[in-house]
Amino acid sequence: MLEKTASTKGTTDRRAANRGIAAAAVTEPRWVQAVLISTAMSFLGLFLVLPLVVVFSGALREGVRSYMQAITDPVARAAIRLTLTVAAVAVPLNVAFGLAAAWAIGKFRFHGREVLTTLIEVPFSVSPVVAGLMYVLVFGRQGWLGGWLEAHGLRIIFATPGIILATIFVTLPFVARELIPLMREQGTEEEEAAITLGADGWTTFRRVTLPNIRWGLLYGAVLCAARAMGEFGAVSVVSGHIRGVTNTMTLHVEILYNEYQGTAAFAVASLLSLLALLTLAAKSVIEWRTARADDRSAEAQGKEEA
Amino acid sequence: MRFREHSVLPGFGLAMGVTLAYLGLLVALPLSATLLRASTMSWAEFWRTVSSPRAVASYRLSFGLSLAAALINAIFGLLVAWVLVRYRFPGRRLADALVDLPFALPTSVAGIALTGLYSPTGWIGRLLEPAGVRIAFTPLGVLVALVFIGIPFTVRMLQPVLADLDPEIEEAAAALGAGRWMTFWGAILPGLWPALLTGFALAFARAVGEYGSVVFISGNMPMKTEITPLLIVTKLEQYDYAGATALAVAMLAISFVLLFLINLLQWWGRRRHA
Repeated sequence: MLEKTASTKGTTDRRAANRGIAAAAVTEPRWVQAVLISTAMSFLGLFLVLPLVVVFSGALREGVRSYMQAITDPVARAAIRLTLTVAAVAVPLNVAFGLAAAWAIGKFRFHGREVLTTLIEVPFSVSPVVAGLMYVLVFGRQGWLGGWLEAHGLRIIFATPGIILATIFVTLPFVARELIPLMREQGTEEEEAAITLGADGWTTFRRVTLPNIRWGLLYGAVLCAARAMGEFGAVSVVSGHIRGVTNTMTLHVEILYNEYQGTAAFAVASLLSLLALLTLAAKSVIEWRTARADDRSAEAQGKEEA
Repeated sequence: MRFREHSVLPGFGLAMGVTLAYLGLLVALPLSATLLRASTMSWAEFWRTVSSPRAVASYRLSFGLSLAAALINAIFGLLVAWVLVRYRFPGRRLADALVDLPFALPTSVAGIALTGLYSPTGWIGRLLEPAGVRIAFTPLGVLVALVFIGIPFTVRMLQPVLADLDPEIEEAAAALGAGRWMTFWGAILPGLWPALLTGFALAFARAVGEYGSVVFISGNMPMKTEITPLLIVTKLEQYDYAGATALAVAMLAISFVLLFLINLLQWWGRRRHA
């Protein structure tokens, strides 16, 4: 496949030929390659593969029965439900925000674009614990709005709304940071053509922009969802750790582990690990598809030029 | 000069309004609440909290170990990125996909897995115990957790740059008689510095604020293995909101300096590339 495209394309052909001639001079001897590869893979094996193996073997060490018991326990089920609820609210909101921010920043030129783009990244550089604390200082009993909320019988901190808010904060940049460079790169020509032909703004967005960004959007949403379900530090600060009520899956793992219920902790952790592996698989598939789409458009462009 | 260039596309007002309102409510409001809260403390009170021996011990641990972890990540990240980009071997794609695991795996899961691995009864801890080496519940354990969460940063920063390197530079170096080692130091590494430093800074920034993966393996002993984010949580649990806020503001200041530095590094990288 690779050789075929190389032989049909002039520049790649020349490069490949050059590389062939100089290959011996610009690569390492076999044994050096082998040493480098095995060192790198041992590093990844030690730090990435072994921890995963520990989770799954820890979860199953007392057999399938206790594994099933741990993950179908009512408190565990409540934690799973809460985690899914939080993600179901946080992800769509951050998708909507990401689309709005990317439309404004990617399709228009105005002063302060760079500053705004940097501001969107702020949640990534704030420690999760500090993020949780910031929300406690706004909505907690001692916080800014604490008195007003209490007078109206509303509870945000140590309740589900607080967990959702903290999760939205830590996952806020994921969709926007994917879409802003993508929309900027794609320019405005196609949208301008649609508008000139009489389409209204909403139709243009749905029929022209959205199909162009669908893989980037999915990519951002997948990462956002994974982090939303896996957040620990920020959620831990605002949750109050009320069993069966404000306990997400990650917090449930902590509680079980600290109560020396190692097998149950690893069982719930194994569900989260499966979710992480699924995320990585989805990510790889999307990356592969976008790379293929890029190749195709590059090829089409090459043909046009020829 | 006008604020915005003219465009026939509609929806700028709506999109911008949504963006600013969302950022204002979710980012600016909590940030200003925190800063205002800190400003109600007197300077002496603030300073006493952030310079208490326990806080200083936690900074030393957090910063020292984050630097060490980022350095390890820079070296091994370069190696991993190099191997993944330059060589073909079975399992390469799988390894490539797995590099992002620390982003995808919840930190509490990473924390209990690493503790299970390195505690004196764990698979690795058991091997090291006879040699008198303890990892879990010592600063070394914190280091292990910080290395884990930082792995993707340098690898992902370096991969595209390594793939884009012009092979002609290496060929020229080889033609001029440079050995591989000299070519690497003289012709390849200089082109990698911006990406390497950005990856290093990102890994460092993440490590400084990390909480979940560290609290299980560190043992959380004040003055010994207590990181700054944990000290904030401890103060919160004792209802010492003022103390927690003071430490949080100190950490926020550091985060913003790092964010600025990272932006500067990325700008440098883009300029070098263009």
